[in-house]
Amino acid sequence: MADQFDEATRQPHRDAQKELANFVQTEQAQAHLTSQIHMLTSMCWDKCITSSPSTRFARGEESCLANCVERFLDTSLHMVKQIQEERDRSQLSR
Amino acid sequence: MSGFFGSSSSSAPPPEMASRKQAFIDSYRQEMALTNAQELMNKCNEKCFAKCVTKPGSSLSSSEQSCLSNCLQRYMEAFNIVSRTYVARVQKERLSDTTS
Repeated sequence: MADQFDEATRQPHRDAQKELANFVQTEQAQAHLTSQIHMLTSMCWDKCITSSPSTRFARGEESCLANCVERFLDTSLHMVKQIQEERDRSQLSR
Repeated sequence: MSGFFGSSSSSAPPPEMASRKQAFIDSYRQEMALTNAQELMNKCNEKCFAKCVTKPGSSLSSSEQSCLSNCLQRYMEAFNIVSRTYVARVQKERLSDTTS
């Protein structure tokens, strides 16, 4: 009986903890996404925007920005794959 | 979500708890939005100063001023393009992860 009472008072506390953990996790993922977008905008702006800013983008600048993001992510995947391959090779030769 | 011992009234959070929780979430999101806007402004400032004010004079010339306003618009637009592309890519990767 005492156990049951304990359990009933503790459960809401656990639910709240789980909820808070979920909240923190989602918000951290969101914050990471936002900071990546800031970083990419800054980097791709330097790479793609070569003309003096006018009322609209110069030809090719818009597609350059989109390509810049895609290729940056491709690069990141490529690096991971490369490292994995090197690791596998060195494990095979051992 | 009900408690382990069925949905007794003790496991349901009281209404003032729920509204306090919502207030916390709202103020957190607001603060993040502010941080985001500040970051964007700082970046605009840095990038547009570099592009538009190449030889700082005794004041901002009118051509520098119009360059700055164009640059501000373009940087925001660039941010949106990057954001759209990045989010679409992340969603695509996630989809191919779950299907494979």
